[in-house]
Amino acid sequence: MALLEVRGLHTFYGNIEALKGVSLEVEEGEIVALLGANGAGKTTTLRTISGLERARSGSVTLRGKDITRARAHEIVLLGLSHVPEGRRVFANLTVEENLNLGAYLFRRQPKRIEERREAVYGIFPRLHERRSQLAGTLSGGEQQMLAIGRAMMVEPKVLALDEPSMGLAPILVRQIFSIIEEIRQRGTAILLVEQNARQALRLADRGYVLETGQVVLQDTAQVLAEDPRVRAAYLGGEPEVKAPQEADTQS
Amino acid sequence: MQYLVNGLTIGSFYALVALGYTMIYGIIRLINFAHGDLFMAGAFIGWTVLGAFAGMHAPAALLLIVALLVAMAVIGLLAVGIDRIAYQPLLRASRLSILITALGVSLALENGAMMLFGAGFDTYPTNLLPTTGFLLGGAHVTWVQVGMFVLSILLMAALYLFVQFTPVGTAMRALSFDQDAARLMGVNVEGVIMITFLLGGSLAAASGVMMGLYYTQINFLMGFLMGLRAFTSAVLGGIGNIPGAMVGGLLIGLLQSFAAGYISSQWQDVIVFAVLILVLVFKPTGLLGERVVERM
Repeated sequence: MALLEVRGLHTFYGNIEALKGVSLEVEEGEIVALLGANGAGKTTTLRTISGLERARSGSVTLRGKDITRARAHEIVLLGLSHVPEGRRVFANLTVEENLNLGAYLFRRQPKRIEERREAVYGIFPRLHERRSQLAGTLSGGEQQMLAIGRAMMVEPKVLALDEPSMGLAPILVRQIFSIIEEIRQRGTAILLVEQNARQALRLADRGYVLETGQVVLQDTAQVLAEDPRVRAAYLGGEPEVKAPQEADTQS
Repeated sequence: MQYLVNGLTIGSFYALVALGYTMIYGIIRLINFAHGDLFMAGAFIGWTVLGAFAGMHAPAALLLIVALLVAMAVIGLLAVGIDRIAYQPLLRASRLSILITALGVSLALENGAMMLFGAGFDTYPTNLLPTTGFLLGGAHVTWVQVGMFVLSILLMAALYLFVQFTPVGTAMRALSFDQDAARLMGVNVEGVIMITFLLGGSLAAASGVMMGLYYTQINFLMGFLMGLRAFTSAVLGGIGNIPGAMVGGLLIGLLQSFAAGYISSQWQDVIVFAVLILVLVFKPTGLLGERVVERM
């Protein structure tokens, strides 16, 4: 059984069916990319998995436990952390308070929180420099580091990342992506939602492509990167042409 | 000088009630119109406890402490009950439905108190507190005023430390900013909201008991005016801002005391509410305003 299993998920916003039966899996140690255009249902899929939205039908299983009806804070306890779109750091709290809150589940174990905080500062030394600053005063890249660091405070088994590269300069995007790789090496599986399909597929092991609330394609990242439909829809229009050429020479 | 002393005393009562308004507004964006009535109910609980033990010759200090603690506990739980039954089911509904519900709860509390305690005035015992005091710069300051002011400040300081330095307090501040993000941190948002109601309710009850002891007369409608004055305090300080509610309460108390002294006690509320209007027109964020934050 996969670490995270999503089966036939249907989610509605009012009468609008945002997800029309999404199924996907994330195995231990994997990076799985979830691609698709705006409005395809990527964010809704993550929000339903992490309990912020209620599924009307279908199921979500995490480490063998059915979490379809669990509440968001219970799901964190079971080992899934979700870094939401737009980072959503608590701008009115300091960097350190944001991190402590990430470990809210361990709030009766201050020692453990401190250890986790040191570990996160190890991944993001920048956050250590800025630990007593209000999170609202950080740059976009630093806020993204904080959002990821905050989610890592509980040592999740699965980390769901929604558009971590959004609005960041290319150099920061590369930095964030190499940190995602590092997190995987430390044993956390990653479900990555990205607009930046090329970079996501370079990093991921496997990928799913969503269109209007359904999975239309699923394969290894390498195959997806070469798929003419994916390239036309998500890779073709981008100015940088280096990556597809690399993929071509490999095939 | 006398007005200053009186103003600070009643101002500290306002501040305690204003804290409840501001905390509840801060986390669920609800102006809890029933909050003033929790203050009233607290005054009645305290009065009931004092009445029940009146025959026994217990030391006055012990009686007062018991009355205060019982009122705070009962009203704290009452506020949690109201939250569970009336507000929680509406958290995802429109702002208006929950606001109207709050008005309904306010009416229910007022009329419930009238049924239980009657429509007339009830009187707090006057023999429990010392009437002595001292002269300070020409003003007569009673020990009761000092004691009540100090107790209010202690309660406010405890609340401030709780919100600023405990994990649950941090969670409160976080969810006032972004509820969904707080859920993703593993915060049981509904639970933290309940704790907020518990704290807000017990502070209002403490204020009610002290007000009862101070003015001796209590009535089932006393929460209405108190609610408006405390709400004005919260807005003046910057609604959603905890130190703001403390400062706002003291300022409104002073304003009212000076207005009553230099102009006329008939005009005191006119002046207080004129301040509410002026603040809303010219500086809706209040004195301490919400900190300006940037995102992205």
